[in-house]
Amino acid sequence: MNRPSMSTRAAVFGTAVLALSALAACASAPQGGGTTTGATASGGGAYTWWDPYPQHDANSAWAKRVNSCGQQAGVTIQRTAYDTTALTNQALLAGQEGNAPDVILLDNPAVSTLADAGMLTTMSDFGLDTSRFDKNLIAAGELDGKAYGIPIGANTLALYYNKKILDDAGVDPASIKDWASLNAALKKVKAAGKKPITFSAIGTEEGSFQFLPWFWGAGAQLTQLDSPQAVEALSQWTTWVKDGTAPNSVISNSQNTTWEEFLTGEFAFAENGTWQINSAAKADFPTGIVQIPGKDGGVAPTPTGGEFITVPVQKDTSRYTATKKILECMTTPEGLVETGTTFAYYIPSTAEGQKAILDKEPTLKPWVEAVQSAKGRTSDNLGTKYPKISEAMWTAVQKSLSGAASPADALKEAQAQAKQATGN
Amino acid sequence: MRRAAHPSPPRRRSPRWTAFAFLAPLVVYLIVFYAYPLYRNIELSVHDYTPRAFVQGNPEFTGWENYRNILSDDTFLRALRNTAVFTLGSIAVQYALGLALAVFFHRNFRLSAVLRAMFLVPWLLPLIVSASTWSWMLNSENGIVNAALQAFGIGQINWLTSPDTSLLSVTIANIWLGIPFNLVILYAGLQNISADLYEAAGLDGANAWQRFWRITFPLLRPVSAITLLLGLIYTLKVVDIIWIMTKGGPADASATLAIWSYREAFGTGQPDFSPAAAVGNILILIAFAAGLLHVHLQRKEERA
Repeated sequence: MNRPSMSTRAAVFGTAVLALSALAACASAPQGGGTTTGATASGGGAYTWWDPYPQHDANSAWAKRVNSCGQQAGVTIQRTAYDTTALTNQALLAGQEGNAPDVILLDNPAVSTLADAGMLTTMSDFGLDTSRFDKNLIAAGELDGKAYGIPIGANTLALYYNKKILDDAGVDPASIKDWASLNAALKKVKAAGKKPITFSAIGTEEGSFQFLPWFWGAGAQLTQLDSPQAVEALSQWTTWVKDGTAPNSVISNSQNTTWEEFLTGEFAFAENGTWQINSAAKADFPTGIVQIPGKDGGVAPTPTGGEFITVPVQKDTSRYTATKKILECMTTPEGLVETGTTFAYYIPSTAEGQKAILDKEPTLKPWVEAVQSAKGRTSDNLGTKYPKISEAMWTAVQKSLSGAASPADALKEAQAQAKQATGN
Repeated sequence: MRRAAHPSPPRRRSPRWTAFAFLAPLVVYLIVFYAYPLYRNIELSVHDYTPRAFVQGNPEFTGWENYRNILSDDTFLRALRNTAVFTLGSIAVQYALGLALAVFFHRNFRLSAVLRAMFLVPWLLPLIVSASTWSWMLNSENGIVNAALQAFGIGQINWLTSPDTSLLSVTIANIWLGIPFNLVILYAGLQNISADLYEAAGLDGANAWQRFWRITFPLLRPVSAITLLLGLIYTLKVVDIIWIMTKGGPADASATLAIWSYREAFGTGQPDFSPAAAVGNILILIAFAAGLLHVHLQRKEERA
């Protein structure tokens, strides 16, 4: 022990060197990985694909569809699914490392954020014609007049109703044309001893998403959060929570929780999205939907949801050829219908696709109409400003509903906050 | 480490290399997992990292501006106050209940081991499970807590959705989570107190109360100090339970500094890493100050 032999020392040193080089190898692995995928690409190799649908595993119809589009393009697709918010962060990290995947399916408000970061190719550079897609839908992925992705489908919000409760209370859903008639219906339900309405006002993007139909339906604009119209919209929600028309738990309810409340059969109306169609059909009671009314009649513009198929910038531009084929495969009219039916909640983003899905499933008609009158959250060239405005808006909704501030004061603060955050 | 690496024969150059070889893994580990993240956090906080700058790697250097903005933000004072209430409230009650339970179980009655094990359950549950369970229990309309209160004629309390009670609710849930930790450490501390002392005190006629205040509590002081310090550091950085239960809301009513930092970075549609890192650094400073205070008190005690 006292005199370490040469060989012991050599061994110790050797081990340390080995450990260090192993570490170094690990550290450099991602870069190495990034270039090797580039090298195999010419031989048809693996194309990487990210989407926000972890609920669809490798054996799902969705995964098979993605694979078949890869096969048609002559490549194999390696699909990775992330949670929606995690996906944006992962994409940013990958962009920083310079090893972004070939295709990302992005939630539409995230498209402008990544486009602004210079991570995405424009569809025109890519050689894809975007004119056949509905203007109101593709607008969410446009920044300064350039489209950075294609909507693979769209979903939006409407009011689901519990037909049994409405029948018992003597409410005809067709009578709901504006806020006054909606309020009259809610009053009747309450008088019949049932809970009138539930929605989600949680302090996240979901809360803003659910508030927007009322906000836009009152005539307010995202550029002016404290307009009298905006105050009217927020006052309407606040009144509902204060007088018990809506449960107090809406303040912390996510859209899923809201839906579960509705499925208990206690609620007459629930604001929810296209993605619940299947679940509504399986409910223990008959359901239906009405469009969310504008304040003074008509249909309120609802926000569009749904993913855009985007193509991150690659160093090896030869990869684009196959990627383009994959995109085309995903967005043919048949492809859009197939996506729509695979998910059971996607309305195709082209007129042709919408017609095709209606031929197949005529009951989707109100949803197709809702999607046609819907509006992108990042539209009006708000782009990367939207997330800031949205944060200010949901905070105001939370303050007002919880009684921390009046609707007008909450929105005034929100406008100041949004103005400061967006810098104008 | 150094002693092991310096074998007795002097005047040999190579043992130093052996020493370095031994040290290398540790040094590499420290650099990769401690020094670099800390450096990166500071670097993030003194630049303006928009998503674009993050991807392209060309952020503008802004110096102290992120810190200035944060300190002048209305949310800061509110979050600081919430952090103080949440942290101090949590560790005080956790410690008191943990100590009471530790003393209780120290008597080793029948089934005490089983019962003690059951008190560890909160520790074993995944946080997402316990936090979701708490938020269901405290639900305004259908929660079991309100149902129980209604049986006593107390009206609906909006635990998670009222600005007056949301901070209290998340604190209660956090206390429940922290009791096992306090129980285990304080119980271990109790094992180290010699039974002879209690026996002697018993002969002198000290009652249970006196034995606790004159023997148990003073002798537990070093263990208590470390328990409270660790509790403080754990609690300062709690994000998950608050995020799952209230998202820091309604509005900012239950937003702590940790929640604020998390929300800036990951809670909105657009990541704002720089202000988030700045808030995170302020939290590190607070924890660091608490650590220094602990060392100082310990030294004072040793000298005394």
